[in-house]
Amino acid sequence: MTRPTVDEERPAGGAADKAILRRQRRAEAYSEAAGVGWKVWLVKIASLAVIDALAVYGIFVLIAQENWLIPLILAMVVVAVNLVYLTPGLLPAKYLTPGILFLLVFQVFLIVYTIYVSLTNFGSGHNSSKDDAVNALLLQSQTRVEDSVAYPVKVLEQGGEFFFLVTDPDGEALLGGAEEPLGEVDAQMGGGQAVGVEGYSTLDFGSILANQDAVAALAVPLSDDPNDGFLRTTDGSTAYIFISTLEWDPAADTMTNTSTGVVYSDIGTGAFTAEDGTELLPGWQVNVGLDNYVAAFTEQSIRGPFLYVLIWTFVFAILSVATTFALGLFLAIVFNDPRMKSKRFYRVIVILPYAFPGFLTALVWAGMFNQDFGIINQWFFGGAAIPWLQDPWLAKIAILTVNLWLGFPYMFLVCTGAIQSIPDDILEAAKADGAGAWGIFRLIKFPLLLVSVAPLLISSFAFNFNNFVLVYFLTQGGPRFPDASINVGQTDILISMVYKVAFVGSERDYGLASAFSVIIFIVVGTISWIAFRQTKALEELN
Amino acid sequence: MTAIDYAAVLERDRKGAKLPRRPFPKWFRETGWRHLIGIAVLLFAIFPLVYVFSASLNPGGTLLTANALFSNVSFESYFALFQDPNYPYAAWWTNTLIVGLATSVGTVFLCALAAYAFSRMRFTGRRFGLLTLLLVQMFPQLLAFVAIFLLMSAISDVFPALGLNSLIGLIMVYLGGALGVNTYLMYGFFNTVPKEIDEAAKIDGAGHARIFFTIILRLVAPILAVIGLLSFIGTFGEFVIASVILIDPEKQTLAVGLFQFVSNAQSKNWSVFAAGAVLAAILPMALFLSLQRFIVGGLTAGSVK
Repeated sequence: MTRPTVDEERPAGGAADKAILRRQRRAEAYSEAAGVGWKVWLVKIASLAVIDALAVYGIFVLIAQENWLIPLILAMVVVAVNLVYLTPGLLPAKYLTPGILFLLVFQVFLIVYTIYVSLTNFGSGHNSSKDDAVNALLLQSQTRVEDSVAYPVKVLEQGGEFFFLVTDPDGEALLGGAEEPLGEVDAQMGGGQAVGVEGYSTLDFGSILANQDAVAALAVPLSDDPNDGFLRTTDGSTAYIFISTLEWDPAADTMTNTSTGVVYSDIGTGAFTAEDGTELLPGWQVNVGLDNYVAAFTEQSIRGPFLYVLIWTFVFAILSVATTFALGLFLAIVFNDPRMKSKRFYRVIVILPYAFPGFLTALVWAGMFNQDFGIINQWFFGGAAIPWLQDPWLAKIAILTVNLWLGFPYMFLVCTGAIQSIPDDILEAAKADGAGAWGIFRLIKFPLLLVSVAPLLISSFAFNFNNFVLVYFLTQGGPRFPDASINVGQTDILISMVYKVAFVGSERDYGLASAFSVIIFIVVGTISWIAFRQTKALEELN
Repeated sequence: MTAIDYAAVLERDRKGAKLPRRPFPKWFRETGWRHLIGIAVLLFAIFPLVYVFSASLNPGGTLLTANALFSNVSFESYFALFQDPNYPYAAWWTNTLIVGLATSVGTVFLCALAAYAFSRMRFTGRRFGLLTLLLVQMFPQLLAFVAIFLLMSAISDVFPALGLNSLIGLIMVYLGGALGVNTYLMYGFFNTVPKEIDEAAKIDGAGHARIFFTIILRLVAPILAVIGLLSFIGTFGEFVIASVILIDPEKQTLAVGLFQFVSNAQSKNWSVFAAGAVLAAILPMALFLSLQRFIVGGLTAGSVK
């Protein structure tokens, strides 16, 4: 073979070269096919088939959900993938596509999406569209209409969903479900009442009991206009009309409470709001611009805890690196003496904490630090009830202690390596010049060591900056700030605060949590950028 | 410190000859105190491990009774671990193993493909690609967990098997974060394999796929092992993303399950938790200790636990 398939680009094709180019391509395809072997080829075709089938299915489902943009993107991506693997050549793309696809979807897109969410009020109370919110409000504020007609009802079931079959006062049979309003239907009659419809199964008394909650929660709209009211039943045999105390006026875009007369209108904050500022929840998702960021830095009940957490995160990360590095370096020096025996033995034992999975470490230490029964209070403090994890300062000490246990072996390994790689002749020369042991360490060993260890210290800082598992498993961020409006405590670091704001407790604020995430992105990104400049990785790129 | 004739000491060590006995004060000043520190550190290092092992052997033990080390020895807690349907430990273990293995194999494969392309081919956008990887690497995927949750619940509406509460979904998310962190390590290693080897194979008629799968991958096996292992251990202890995606108890991983186990019933079932912790720790510790040398090499190359 005269031209390597891997390294060179195809000749730029003028019109005259076309035939040659085509022949060359075919030759390339043959050689590629010959070189690949039929097994790889089979795997390739099978994977492409699976991916295409999944994509086609996904596109159909999405279109059925009346979604247009995502299926379009999906279709373009799948066509691109097929092109890459079915056209000969395009070698780099063949190797890069799988990784890049995952990277684009699950990292790049997620970062962009985080930024988008941080600009909305997404969270509990604001998690869907305005239409959904209107329906939910009307549903949840229903009360029974006094003296309304009692409808005889049968509960029917089809495909896991429940329906009401009612007989109206005129003797007509009507069928409806949660999603579809009552409509006339041909039903089998029995005893002056509709009892069943073909294609549906009628629930007997026992099945109604078994599905009591679902049946009681079912509200069947009387007509397309939700203001007309709903039918509900409590016993599965008689249904009554329920009407919402809220009245929805689509033209004026307002909700009116019919019993108090208060008018709630859409003022652009994602919820119907009365003049005095009370909101009807659930609301819906709207864009709030930079409100979440503004709240993080100005709103008193968020700003206070947030700044506290921000500072503690830095203190925690710096102290974590400092303490583990100090102990690791000290031990590396102590054990790095040729006259000392059983060094290997010590080394293996000292590495054990590093090999022990981190999340288990935090859980085990949480038990050891327990105020009432923990071994630390029982053994070392004579049974005194020292509130290790409840007191703001002791909890911080506890976290740093556990982190020291967890982290010093790593620093020990790294420092041992670094010390051993310092050339002996430099030390000899220093000794000949009359330097003492301390002088050698301070002026020669330490600076040399720092050169090779500094990047690791920076990455260790970045790691501890987001050391979620340690903090959350040990103290869950507690003790909690009593006056904060968000769920944050004294030992929370930024990442655990984000987690708690987004996923712990009943109040979930995805928008605010994402805003915090973006702030951390910026901090961590800046730190890594500095580290990256330091290590000069850029210049080594060829 | 007095001047030491290191060479002589090493020489004696190698010959296995006994050091001439030093008087105690001299011995203590030179090496004895080092052993004292060594013993202190040793106690600090293994105390929690001994404690949890002892607690796991204490049948029906609570947090309080765990304080008397090795007062009772029985394996009851280890059996109890597999009997509570609310805390399906066996399922957690299997899930963790599945997720860990699939993620590490996938990570190694994706990164090797990318590193091969970057190291061996010259194409437009190569430098841009490498720079983008460096840039993306600065944004930990972990921080996007709110977006991960929202994306996965959207995927659930279309492909329930790939969205929330699915191990495959979790593996896909982990693979998304794999490329940025590891490709560089591999890229550097690939560059150390001489290009002449590929070229010789090419002249013998091997295609790029054969060169990649049968030659390159074997030559770079050490770095593949290191990255696979680091990724396995990293996935093993990952909590945030797993807890966001996995909902049902029998779908959860060890980190998510054991955390719930402890926060729901801390002092009561302590010995059962301890047994769970010991069983959970065995595999990563064994892997770590047996492959210590490689990992330490990988660590100093720039990654952290």
